[in-house]
Amino acid sequence: MTEHREPFTLFLAGLTVIMGIGAILSGFELALVTLGLVVAGLGASWASKRPVYWGAPLGVAGIILSLMRMIGYANPDGAGFWFAVVGVWVGAWLLVTLLARFDAPAGALGLALKLAPPVIFGVTLLWLWQTAVTALQVPSVILPVPTEIGARLVSSTDVLLTDLVQTFVRGTLSGFAIGCGAAILFALVVDRYAFLRRGLLPVGNFLAALPIIGTAPIFVMWFGFDWPSKAAVVVAMVFFPMLVNTVQGLTATSAMQRDLMHTYSAGWWQTLVTLRLPAAMPFVFNGLKICATLALIGAIVAEFFGSPTRGMGFRISTEVGRLQLDMVWAEIAVAALLGSAFYGFWALLERRVTFWHPSQRSS
Amino acid sequence: MKNAFPILTVVAVLLALWYIAVVPMNATWERDQAAMRGEEISFGQILTATMNQDRPVLPAPHQVLIGMYQQTLGCEAVGRRVCRATTPLNLENFLTRLNETRTSVRSLIYHGWVTLSATMLGFVIGTGAGILLAIGIVYNRAMDASVMPWAIVSQTIPIIALAPMIIVVLNSVGVSGMVPKAIIAAYLSFFPVVVGMVKGLRAPDAMQMDLMKTYSAGGGAVFAKLRLPTSMPYLFASLKVGIAAALVGTIVGELPVQQGGLGVRLLSGSYYGQTVQIWAALFAAAILAAGLVGIVAMIERRTLKRMGMAT
Repeated sequence: MTEHREPFTLFLAGLTVIMGIGAILSGFELALVTLGLVVAGLGASWASKRPVYWGAPLGVAGIILSLMRMIGYANPDGAGFWFAVVGVWVGAWLLVTLLARFDAPAGALGLALKLAPPVIFGVTLLWLWQTAVTALQVPSVILPVPTEIGARLVSSTDVLLTDLVQTFVRGTLSGFAIGCGAAILFALVVDRYAFLRRGLLPVGNFLAALPIIGTAPIFVMWFGFDWPSKAAVVVAMVFFPMLVNTVQGLTATSAMQRDLMHTYSAGWWQTLVTLRLPAAMPFVFNGLKICATLALIGAIVAEFFGSPTRGMGFRISTEVGRLQLDMVWAEIAVAALLGSAFYGFWALLERRVTFWHPSQRSS
Repeated sequence: MKNAFPILTVVAVLLALWYIAVVPMNATWERDQAAMRGEEISFGQILTATMNQDRPVLPAPHQVLIGMYQQTLGCEAVGRRVCRATTPLNLENFLTRLNETRTSVRSLIYHGWVTLSATMLGFVIGTGAGILLAIGIVYNRAMDASVMPWAIVSQTIPIIALAPMIIVVLNSVGVSGMVPKAIIAAYLSFFPVVVGMVKGLRAPDAMQMDLMKTYSAGGGAVFAKLRLPTSMPYLFASLKVGIAAALVGTIVGELPVQQGGLGVRLLSGSYYGQTVQIWAALFAAAILAAGLVGIVAMIERRTLKRMGMAT
């Protein structure tokens, strides 16, 4: 990246320190900030050569100054406190700005450099949430603080685990396996008949855009409250996206490649197993990744329409009713981790299976 | 439309399968009824009876159609009195019924509008915010490094799980009606738009950027004349995903606090075992989704055609 924004970086650096100092000497904040902005602006135009080396320490100094101000303040006392809060925010922004300037080298250092900005952003956001909610005394029935949610995650592990098994292992996984498996098998049939392909693909594409989740009350009526109805909703949700992707994948081979197989006098099965299925894999995995997200959504939302007294969707809807929001957030945190882990699993497997595909090359 | 014949065939086969499935799904109830009366029931009787049950396990397609008519312009929606007064359904009576069905709580038009308005409001907010954030991400490296990974991760997690909480919490602080549902619709359509739009705004290649530079074009001109036009196909692709997601979000958002909407029709249908009502609401939601995605697709076709980008 050649577009270095030195003046902006310096502005942030100056602002961080000013906010920190302003927080310490609360009372003069406004005057100081005004002064600081002028100084920062002048400084920016003066030394815009290499602000990285002293910008980073300044940012850290600002954050430390601000945090120092906050220690010992159980109750916020007016403007100084909020200056400290803004100081930490701007300081974090500055750090991210500086970190983002480096082009990540290969290896562990590069990975750390790549992961640092989102982690800093996430941590700052959590910290801001914690601080603002505590300071403004927002009741926990409206928004609990992260530490409460964390405590709930630890203390209610058994409940969360029961819900996870009910919703994910029983509902999502079984539905995902049945739905995607059936779609892949059906795609092989569709692929053999051009008529079916021309007729079913547009219909499948159309159905994939509809709110299939609305079938949940019907399946709850047919299969009862327990997990089979959730698995059925998941099957209905994943079937068509998976079908469309697999059928598309099976057409991904070129006529030349198929002709080559023909000259080897390979039969339909041999061509399928050695050429067309491997060639379809990028599409299949794309479908699996889309379906991984859809499946969890389907299983959770289906529980809103009726479920036994366990399951993530059940817990969310009943604990919301009891205003136990820390439990709801804990459940959401588990769902978020689970969702990205399930997606990540397929993404990793994809990298292993389709290592030959251009999209998997590291740039 | 060379695919029209295959598509129609597939749809016809699906309908036929549906009709065939109706018989075994609903037969148990008919047999139980006959056994209770101590009668024998023939297959022919089962065949006709299963097609017209009051609360079928699986309603036949024509029952769903009739149900949809009943819940839009039929007597169920407008009430028996209005229904009788407007019975030969000429144009004038049709308009009277249409006016009546707009406000009836048993009408799919009314509930569909509740859902549609919240969806549209949320979609507009979510899309606008998404485009703004995408511009920020493309032009600010710090935002790209810190926010973009979270936007991508958000695509893989079931953020719809937040919906009941947002509804109930906002309701408890006095915000109810359309706004909470629109917020859910907004954040569900927000992330796809961010991710798609970032991709689109970055789509111009180095050659094109260099050309703009040789014209000594400023940042604003590069944005307005190169980046924004290039991003249009990406934007429309994410708009189609976003509006479908917004509709799902609104429907799910209608479940916890029941103040009208297709989600309420689905849930109350499942409480009272009104299967025809569930299916009618489901089809109404499907029509709504298809219509919304279709409108976006139409705008897409026109825009891209006028920009000379249509394939």
